Order: sequence, then C-alpha cells, then structure tokens
Amino acid sequence: MDLVVVGNGMVGQRFVEALRERDREKQWRVTVFGEEPRRAYDRVALSSYFDGASADDLDLVAPGLYDSPDCTLYLDEAVTAIDRAARTVTTGRRTVRYDALVLATGSYPFVPPVPGRELPGCFVYRTLDDLDAVRAAVRTAADHSRGRRAGLVIGGGLLGLEAARALRLLGLSPHVVELAPRLMPLQVDEAGGGLLRDMIEELDVTVHTGTSVAGIQEADLGPTGHRLLATLASGVELDVDLVVFSAGVRPRDQLAREAGLAVGERGGIVVDDGCVTSDEHVFAIGECACVGGRVYGLVAPGYAMAEVAADRLVGGRATFVAADTSTKLKLLGVDVASFGDALAATPGALAVTLHNPVARRYAKLVVSDDARTLLGGVLVGDTSRYASLRPLVGRPLPGDPAAMIAPSGGAESGPGSLPPDAQVCSCHAVTKGTILDAIAEHGLSDVAGVKSCTRAGTGCGSCVPLLKSLLAEGGVPVSSALCEHFDQTRAQLFEIVRREGIGTFTELIGAHGRGRGCDICKPVVASILASLDHGHILDGEQAALQDTNDHFLANIQRNGTYSVVPRIPGGEVTPDKLIVLGEVARDFGLYTKITGGQRIDLLGARVEQLPAIWRRLVDAGFESGHAYGKALRTVKSCVGSTWCRYGVQDSVSLAIELELRYRGIRSPHKIKAGVSGCARECAEAQSKDIGVIATEHGWNLYVGGNGGFRPRHADLLLSDVDTATLVTTIDRFIMFYIRTADRLQRTSAWVESLSRDGVDGLAYLRSVLVDDSLGIAAELDAAMARHVDCYTDEWAEVLADPVRLRRFVSFVNAPDTPDPSITFAAERGQPRPVLLEVAR
Amino acid sequence: MSGFRPVCRYEDLLPERGAAALVGARQVALFRTFDGIVHAVDNRDPFTGAFVLSRGIVGTRGDRPTLASPLHKQVFDLGTGACLDDPEVSVPVYPARIRDGMVEVAAE
Repeated sequence: MDLVVVGNGMVGQRFVEALRERDREKQWRVTVFGEEPRRAYDRVALSSYFDGASADDLDLVAPGLYDSPDCTLYLDEAVTAIDRAARTVTTGRRTVRYDALVLATGSYPFVPPVPGRELPGCFVYRTLDDLDAVRAAVRTAADHSRGRRAGLVIGGGLLGLEAARALRLLGLSPHVVELAPRLMPLQVDEAGGGLLRDMIEELDVTVHTGTSVAGIQEADLGPTGHRLLATLASGVELDVDLVVFSAGVRPRDQLAREAGLAVGERGGIVVDDGCVTSDEHVFAIGECACVGGRVYGLVAPGYAMAEVAADRLVGGRATFVAADTSTKLKLLGVDVASFGDALAATPGALAVTLHNPVARRYAKLVVSDDARTLLGGVLVGDTSRYASLRPLVGRPLPGDPAAMIAPSGGAESGPGSLPPDAQVCSCHAVTKGTILDAIAEHGLSDVAGVKSCTRAGTGCGSCVPLLKSLLAEGGVPVSSALCEHFDQTRAQLFEIVRREGIGTFTELIGAHGRGRGCDICKPVVASILASLDHGHILDGEQAALQDTNDHFLANIQRNGTYSVVPRIPGGEVTPDKLIVLGEVARDFGLYTKITGGQRIDLLGARVEQLPAIWRRLVDAGFESGHAYGKALRTVKSCVGSTWCRYGVQDSVSLAIELELRYRGIRSPHKIKAGVSGCARECAEAQSKDIGVIATEHGWNLYVGGNGGFRPRHADLLLSDVDTATLVTTIDRFIMFYIRTADRLQRTSAWVESLSRDGVDGLAYLRSVLVDDSLGIAAELDAAMARHVDCYTDEWAEVLADPVRLRRFVSFVNAPDTPDPSITFAAERGQPRPVLLEVAR
Repeated sequence: MSGFRPVCRYEDLLPERGAAALVGARQVALFRTFDGIVHAVDNRDPFTGAFVLSRGIVGTRGDRPTLASPLHKQVFDLGTGACLDDPEVSVPVYPARIRDGMVEVAAE
C-alpha cells in the first residue's frame, strides 16, 4: 500500500522513523515530500547554527533511511494540491496516488501587521534559509556601518529569545520587544520573567516589554548604509541593522483547507485523538494539527502525534492524550523550566515560591487548594530539580513543597518517590516502570544502555540525571572498582600513589589491593607511575606492567609484527629526514603509510628488528613518536601564516612547541592535538582532545573533541588568549585530566563527566584551570614543569643500554632466528601480512 | 620419556614477564611468575593464530596464575592452559622445571 507524507520537518521525519520501526513487514511504501531543499533538521537547536554547528550537524535523518526503494524522499518539492476523491497528491513535478496520507506541514511564522514589515532587512526565523539570509544581511551591514551593530527581535517568547541569541552570536546587540508585560509570557510568571529579564540584560540584550512596534522605516544614510528605524508604541526609537519577526507561529493548513478538510476556528487541521482528519484516509500531525481544539507549537507533542499516527497505520489503537507542554531550556545561557499549570490557572491553586535575586534563582511550585497535589511550576536560574519535579505533576506531593525547592537538602523528590506509571522521558513518553523493566530485563548498568533499549533520554536529554538515579534504584550495582585486584578507581589510585609517594606496583597492590594484578590494573599503574616520573618505563618492576606495545615501544599488529612511528612534530619534516624514513622502510622491507596525524607509519617490523631500525632513525635525529602509548600522539597543524594567504598566526611553530612540550607524557588515554592558523580550521583542531585555532588577537582553545567511535566537537574553553596563557592552560588541562580521569577515558568523555547535578562542566573546568578554584594550579604547573625537565627519548635510552636491549629478541634461545610464522605477500608494490589460519 | 630440554638460564626470564623459546620446531612461551615458578604454554594465540602469547601480561585471577593475550586480551590459566573467557578454547601446556639454574621444557 502507498503512504504519502507531506512535510519533512522534525515531526514528519519522526513519523517516518516510527512507522519504519513498527511496520516490520513493510506493508507501506512511503513517499515523502519536503518543501525545503534540506531534509529534516533540528529546528529546536536552530541558533546553534551560528555557534559552530553546520547544517549537517543539525541533520536528523537516520543513515540509510531513504536508501531503500520502499522509502523515497523528494526534497525541494512542495505538494500543491490534494485530490481526496482520486486519492492523489500533486507537486510541480508529479502526481502520486496514496492509500493513506499524512500531513506534517508544520507552521509558518506569524508576522504582525506592522507598517514597514516588507522592507529589506526584515526577516523571519524559521528555517536554515532564513538564518542564511540573516547572516548575509549582518555581513553586508558589517561592510557598511561603523560602530555597534544592533538588531531588533519582535517577540519575547521562546522563539524570540532564541532569535536574540542567534543575533548575539552574529555580533549584534539585540533588542527584544514583547507585547506582554514579561518575557516568555506563556511559560513563566511575572517574578520568573523579571529574573530572566535581569539575567539576559546583563548579556547586552535590551528588553522592552508591555509595548509593540508601531512602525519600521528606512533610515536615510546616503548611498553606503542601510539601516532601519523602528518606533515603539511607547515612543522609543531604535536604530537597527535588521529586524527579526519571531512573534509565534501559525499552523500551515492551506493545503488541507483547499482539499475541503475540516480546520479549527483559529486554524489547524482538525483531527481526533488518533490523529485522523475529517477524511479517514488522511492524518495530520505536529504543528499543523488541531487536536482537542488545541494547536501545539512544541516538538514533544508533535513527536507524540507521530507515534500515534504510525501506530494507527499498522492497525494499532494508540491515542493522543492532552500533551505535556513542559519545557526546560537554556535561553541565552539562562536555565528556564516550566511545567504543568505553571501560571496557576487552576481554580483555588496555591503557589509556593522561592525568590533569591542574589543567587539568581527563582522557583515556584503550584499546588492544589489542599496543598496535596503538585499542579505545575516554574524554575529560572537553576533547573536541576526539573527532572524530578515534572513527573510528579498531578500526583500527591511527597513532602513539604517549600522544602522541595529549597536550595539544598529538603524533602526527597528523587525518582524513588515516583509511581511506576509516571512519565520520566516526556519526549518519548517513557514511564519509570518501562525503564526499570528494561534495566532488570537487559541487566543495564549505564545510561547508554537505557537510551538504546527505551529511547528515554534521547530527546531533549533533560531526564538523563533521573535515568542515572533509576539505574541506581534498579538495584544494578554500578561498581567503580578498577578490577578484581583494586577496589579503587584509576583517579583514586593516582591520588594514593601521588600522596604516599609509592614507587612500585608491588608496594601499591600490597598496601591497597590483592593478588598479583592483571591486564587491566597493571597498565593503569604503569601509566600512573610514568605520569609521576618514575624513570624509564622498561626499568625494574615497571617492565612487567607494560602492555606489549609499551614493552616493545612499538604497536603490535595482527600477525605479531610491530609498527614504527617516529615523531614528526607538527607534521614538519625536512627532505633529508624524509629520505631516511624511505631508506629505512626500503632496507627493512616495511609497509609504509601516511597517518592521520601527519606522520609516517612503518609496518611489519619483527621484534628483533626494532633496535636496528631505531638505531638508524635515532642517528638521523628522530625520536619515539609514542604511537604505542596512552600518551600525547601528535599536534597536527596547517602551514599557518608563514605560507598561507589566509593565516593569521604561525600555527606550525606553536604546534611544534606544544608537541615537544608534551611528548612522552603518559595519560589515561591517548591525547591528540591540533593547531589551525585561522578560522578555516584546516588542522581540524575541533576534533582533537586539545584544539587551538588562531584569531586576529591570539588563540582560541578548544578541549574535549574526539574523532573515533563517538565523534564530538571540542568545547571552546578560552578565547583570544596570548601564547603564554594558552600554554599554561593546556598544561593544567592535561595534568588535571591525568589526575582525575578514569581508565581509558578520553578527554571528551571526561569533560562530559564534569557536568552533573546541574553543574556546567565547562564552567567548572574553566574555574579550576583559570581561576584556580580548587587551589591546585601550582601543583599542576609544577607537575608539568617536572615532566618537561625530565623528558628523555625512550628509544635513545633503550639503544644505550644493553640490558634493556636484551628483550628485543625473537627467541630467548635463538635471538636472531626470525619467527618462521611471519610471512608477507606483495600488494601494490609493498608487503602485506599473510594471515595465519585459525581453526574455529 | 622425560624429554626435558634446557632452553635458557632462569635469570634470562624477567619476573612476571614472558619470553618465547624455540623447542625443536615448536614455539613455546615461558613465564616466570611472582612466586618464582616457570610456566610453559604454546606461543600460538588460538584466537588469531599469531605466535604472540609470550608477550602478554601475567597476573592472577583468584588464586590462579594467568596470562592475557596481547592482541585481544583473552585470559588463560597458566597452570591448565584453559581460556577463562571462553570455555571452548585452551592452549597446550608443557612441563617446565628449573635444573642448575637452567629452565628445562618438555615440549616434544
């Protein structure tokens, strides 16, 4: 059967995915028409488009979804007519028959009838194309006008404040005009709106409430400038570069109207609780639908409708129940949450408030007239209680409401007090009971597992703290013990070794562990001892702790040979050294490949060949690249201002300085870094643990980026700092990471782990590294100074010591006999290992 | 049929570390554990076919002396050769002893 979906926004997309999940027999062939040239993207995070996110980052489509022949997506192709009698839809290019039709046409921005609203420089805020137009206008304004640039946002609701954030990211000073007496009039009350206003006015946003824009005119600036003059009803005149209308949205129901479907009094395609319109073959979902007389302008109810419609189409009886319009979001850096009957509209409702303008916190709980049932609430400034309060709406209060919003302590409002049918994840309508069942059934022990089994926490993410509590409540012991030999975490062992000055594994396991260790704890302890500068990693008892890679100072490959990666700091190499690398590879028959970190990998070396290979390399001035270690790998760079016509700083020199400074440092996991000479970012620094990007005035420092299994963009830690500040901060970042991270925890996961219980991890990191809030900066600095002073090349030291050299033999009783099992074939002019048979 | 053959000096083995030895045509992985005992198992990793077990990390699981393969970290009991992570897999174990400061192995 044929299903046509009109609209590929967030809700339309969710519908297709929900249907594909349920429709296992593939009874429906799906055709989707999207009017925009881009497929579904995250409209809720639209302003992040000006904060480093690309259009691809916002993409929402599951990979491969539209690759199969029974699921087709046509973009840039609006449906122009529906013929319900013939059951067809028509676009400019084709007419398609349907057995069922789903309308997910969304909404359009409402532009109030302000005189001058058609002038150039007036925009709406809805699509990526709108944002591109705004950005282009800001660039033009930058070319022509001098002084402070300003923008006017009409509408002080959720969308308006998002638009103000976008303008601010583009370097404009935003004005926000809101007709109601406060910001976010639908979500917060007067006191909460007042605090919100105070907090965002500190961010160079000027707020005008209780007024409207009377008219917009073009200012006469002669041929060079284009500016707009907006006059408010209050008489205030604003001189701005552009105006953005974000005064709400209206359902896009024109197509449905023309097809004769019933629409609501104030717009919206009328549907029943199964999302079926007045025509049983036509469904409507999301912001274009009017259900129970109401149109929802939020994504969560839209997603719920998508699930209902998908269920109906496979024969289910799911119904849409009046949606939860709770919201928790960060507006211009201010945390705001609103849930249930936030404005105390229920007759007899009582409000318990806590208003602390000094601590920048406002909290209100709305309770029933007998003070027994929670009806709703508003949180501004600190929304950490949202996850535990929202699911209690409509339920008996577990304690004194004042205590539940008190700054600390107070009555328990955690998940323990929630009944099993309370909704924990409102984006995906997942109850506490469903989550606990999944934990028990699949033996889940982490949030990632809960997410993949139940989808809870994969929407807005606000319930993730609650999921952690439920995991604990689910009786799954989340052990933090390193292994059976140590009950401590890596970070705890690091502190023990550091404080007690422990120098050997035997000493540590004797005093703080049991048994004789394993492949988990031994390399961890080896790394800790190395981080604290306890001599060469192959000396004394340390030798027995090392993984094979560290033991042979090379990377083991699948046939038992090793790879050799000399350090090439910053990726800069002289022709002479390059020739040496080629000669060594040729003379020892090594497979040669360029790595992603701007160096050269020589593969296929047998253990007994390593010293001879390294003798040649060390003689030519190379040293260990530590590709085998949990250590700094490379600092990748672009050619920078020395050569590049766009470069603004000398990225190569900085990359070399950093790589030489941190070479050889042992850490919980590998560390990769990059330095780009301008914002074009050719060194891909934002995908590194430590990324540096040149600015006109200095450097921006990013941390916690990652490629690999779970890619992550790095977070901006510092802007426009000089080289000395940059280096000091990186010193402290690395040392703090080494001290406190878990075993094999990359900086990306570590940085994320610093955010918890409502604490902003990045702000915390900044406070530790820059403001020295823990009082440990001097220790971190001293530790790095010791590392820099004590660095020696591990391979040069091995070559100088006959005892260390003794282990680089194939057989203890036949040191020069090559392992007969290692053989190679030729492929594209180079050796390729012949793999060994495994009889399994 | 004792078959023990001297392979190397006991001091050639580092404490809690392995070494590969050629015994006839056979590759043997020798380990000197913390208690001073020498263990000998086949050097071939049954999971990959590579001759690398001598380069694994020595340790304990409960009371048993163990070895973790350097490629994918499966753990073997050095006393029995049984893989503790996969009951269907094991490695051959060879008798080993120390005589006059020499390690002797019977692997043929």
